[in-house]
Amino acid sequence: MTGKLIQGYEVVIGFETHTQLSTRSKIFSRSPTAFGAEPNTQASPVDLALPGTLPVMNRGAVERAIEFGLAVNARIAPRSIFARKNYFYPDLPKGYQISQYEIPVVQGGVVEFFLESGKGADVTREKKSVRLVRAHLEEDAGKSLHEDFVGRSGIDLNRAGTPLLEIVTEPDMRSSDEAVAYAKELHKIVTWIGICDGNMQEGSFRCDANVSVRKPGAPLGTRREIKNLNSFKFMQQAIDFEVRWQIEEIEDGRPIQQATVLFDPDTGETRAMRTKEDAADYRYFPDPDLPPLVVAPEWVEQVRSHMAELPRVMAARFVKDYALPEYDATTLTQSKAMAAYFEAAAKASGQPKMASNWIMGELSRRLNAGDIAIDAAPVGPDKLATLIGRIADGTISNNAARQVFDALWGAEGSEVDAIIEAQGLRQMNDTGALEKIIDEVIAANPDNVAQFKAGKDKAFNALIGQAMKASKGKANPTQVNDLLRRKLGQ
Amino acid sequence: MTDLHDSTVAELAARLALKEVSAVELARHFLQRAAAHDALGAYLSIDEEVTLQQARRADEALAAGGVGGVPALCGVPIAHKDIFVTRDFPTTAGSRMLEGYRSPFDATAVSNLAKAGVVTLGKLNCDEFAMGSSNENSAFRRVLNPWDHARIPGGSSGGSAVAVAARLAPAATGTDTGGSIRQPASFCGITGIKPTYGRASRYGMVAFASSLDQAGPMARTAEDCAMLLSALCGPDPDRDSTSLDVPAEDFTRSLSGSLEGLRIGIPREFFGEGLAADVRTAIDAALKEYEKLGAKLVGISLPRTELSIPVYYIIAPAEASSNLSRFDGVKFGHRAKQHGDLLDMYRKTRAEGFGDEVKRRIMIGTYVLSHGYYDAYYLQAQKVRRMIADDFQQAFRQCDVIAGPVAPTVAWKIGEKSADPVANYLADIFTLPGSLAGLPGMSVPCGFGEGGMPVGLQLMGNYFAEGRLLNVAHRFQQATDFHARKPQGMRAAP
Repeated sequence: MTGKLIQGYEVVIGFETHTQLSTRSKIFSRSPTAFGAEPNTQASPVDLALPGTLPVMNRGAVERAIEFGLAVNARIAPRSIFARKNYFYPDLPKGYQISQYEIPVVQGGVVEFFLESGKGADVTREKKSVRLVRAHLEEDAGKSLHEDFVGRSGIDLNRAGTPLLEIVTEPDMRSSDEAVAYAKELHKIVTWIGICDGNMQEGSFRCDANVSVRKPGAPLGTRREIKNLNSFKFMQQAIDFEVRWQIEEIEDGRPIQQATVLFDPDTGETRAMRTKEDAADYRYFPDPDLPPLVVAPEWVEQVRSHMAELPRVMAARFVKDYALPEYDATTLTQSKAMAAYFEAAAKASGQPKMASNWIMGELSRRLNAGDIAIDAAPVGPDKLATLIGRIADGTISNNAARQVFDALWGAEGSEVDAIIEAQGLRQMNDTGALEKIIDEVIAANPDNVAQFKAGKDKAFNALIGQAMKASKGKANPTQVNDLLRRKLGQ
Repeated sequence: MTDLHDSTVAELAARLALKEVSAVELARHFLQRAAAHDALGAYLSIDEEVTLQQARRADEALAAGGVGGVPALCGVPIAHKDIFVTRDFPTTAGSRMLEGYRSPFDATAVSNLAKAGVVTLGKLNCDEFAMGSSNENSAFRRVLNPWDHARIPGGSSGGSAVAVAARLAPAATGTDTGGSIRQPASFCGITGIKPTYGRASRYGMVAFASSLDQAGPMARTAEDCAMLLSALCGPDPDRDSTSLDVPAEDFTRSLSGSLEGLRIGIPREFFGEGLAADVRTAIDAALKEYEKLGAKLVGISLPRTELSIPVYYIIAPAEASSNLSRFDGVKFGHRAKQHGDLLDMYRKTRAEGFGDEVKRRIMIGTYVLSHGYYDAYYLQAQKVRRMIADDFQQAFRQCDVIAGPVAPTVAWKIGEKSADPVANYLADIFTLPGSLAGLPGMSVPCGFGEGGMPVGLQLMGNYFAEGRLLNVAHRFQQATDFHARKPQGMRAAP
């Protein structure tokens, strides 16, 4: 699966994503997980690691992990193990993090998405799949606060013990575009199934990218891990910078050292935080405070039965039930809201493909430009369906429909038919009037007529254009076409 | 009528219920004795006001409730090993690291006993973080064996054993990781039981080795142990994931069953060269007594008994090294006054806060978990641990309970082994197998050896066989009076 080469190098990327699970309480204590509370107000004795405290597993976190596993077609381990990752850090209250090491709860799985390249008419879409190695449950650490304390650091343990699902991929991605597309798809999945709020600013969805380069066919190069990428934009910038930097280093004869790096959005550069030499020995061992996590098949089925229809299942249904192309179906299932919008519009109009085109085209453009969520769109699915109906029944042309859409967008509460009437956008379906216009056009453009008869198709288009202009755009282009051909003896 | 402090828990509970004595009187009496015998070093903290307040509340309950309407142990004073965190008393775990620490919550063992009506006399000395078998590792005070002040009381629940043996408390809580209830009970001539792992909640026990730590009572009789254990045990699923879903049980109901036909397994590995002659004599006599009571002795084998020492001294330190990481000077406990950067703060805090034995075990534990050594040590030890547990299951096909010595010798002289940690570790050989298997075990006074020092008989049962063990111990105590003997000089009024 060699991708596009950069200066003769192939880029290899793997991801580790920490998704904060949307449980109300922490993974091993009953403290709330809400973001933004006063420091240390959401930390119980367990979170503070007070002597004598013990962890007790939050079933809600396990259920969310199961949901994720089902969403990506992974294996749910019937028995998984929590381990302790031992290291000293002030915001790690116990001196170890409880995580899953050798046997994670979610094993394998795959994330599929379309990768677009090129622009405008040259856009090509390639279906990609990234294999997952695993997804495991673990607890988050607290935060060290270095500001506001002169010469000292503060510790806020509100975040300590927040449940995380760490999702690890195989090194399957071959470009920053592919990496970002994967991350967006993963983001879609976790927010779709509702296990994560997806808020990247607040750290609910944090990506680490393992990046290396190699000559095609060579063994994997040494990787550097870019930590804590918390926006798709930075993700792309960071990987692109890192790839260029690694290629330059290798070209200059300096081998890459395994390292953990941070991306600085201000400079657009990555810089090393620590190298492999200072890598800690975490002394992993099974946590004796937590028995193995046993997930019986009945539990998996119970979770499955409560889950919403998954995006890929819904997309397949759109292809089957609405005869949509796979690309349309995948795009429309980017979010639950978009899919719901589509289904409502498709059902109300009886024109699924037109609904899809409108949603992916005009509507998406508008939403993106205004940074508006689809469920807050000024034109709802019912109105779009009415509009599509007017195109389908020949009342208005596509061009006129765009004008109606503009008007609907600008004036909430306005009605499709009222706009068509008010702006006089109804197509001229009166054959008599149209024939008259066409006769006039033929009479006024003898050159074009002669050229057309001599076999030049362009001249025909010019005549149509004249007729449309003369009708002030109200003529039905199909009708004009038919009449014109008939009159010119075709 | 016996002196108050010579009464058992069962007797005191009855006298309280009959209003022959008040909880306040009892509390005062034992607090006075504790003060008078302070030199034994049993107590680490006493707070008369707190104790008397609890006693007054118990008296109110007794007055209001009448016989039968009050909790079984209402007004009975006991003391807790300083490994259990308590709201009302400081908790040190015998370490400088936690000097002055006050927990915002009570351990489940403490709150369960409080619900049963006990009054807390104070907190008892122990080896630092429960690591040790002589109590010489307490950061605060030496603990003297009341039978011979030149000898160690055993450990790590040494303060608990001494408090009970010297009649400074009718009963106490202890914790047992590798023998820390059974061995000091044996050395001080009292009765103690460690239940099946998971039967008592570990919530609120300052953790030493999580997969081994268990709470249990220490008292003078099996009957008293049964009363306390009934209150102590019970599921605690919201606070301890390793707590088992086994309902609380009234162990006093099983005390009196006959021993006719009881098969007592005698593991030959417990009677080898390492067993001192004086201890062997006392144990043999006790076994004969059991035969008189109708039991049959069955020779069995626990072939990996010797391996339990290296296995335990890998697993327990490994868990301890991780459990003790939280003592880093950041959140609670000791922090070095003078320090440079963060790393220096960690180093100095832990260097100052931990004693030698704790440091030794942290280092061993860190080593055996390190990359490249984990498989050879920790993983291997876990495999052997499972084999040891399997050996017991084999044995229990041939017998109902297992009996043998608690320790190879009687209590040794203070300082005798303190320069030789390995000698200390080897003395744990008979208690470690049961700990590693998670089985319940008891120590029952069964005679006296060298220097007139008490000898304890160890009884081990299969999982959840606490009732049977207490029954086997109780019948022995009905037939003998070793448990009623007391150290010279302890009879004098305070």
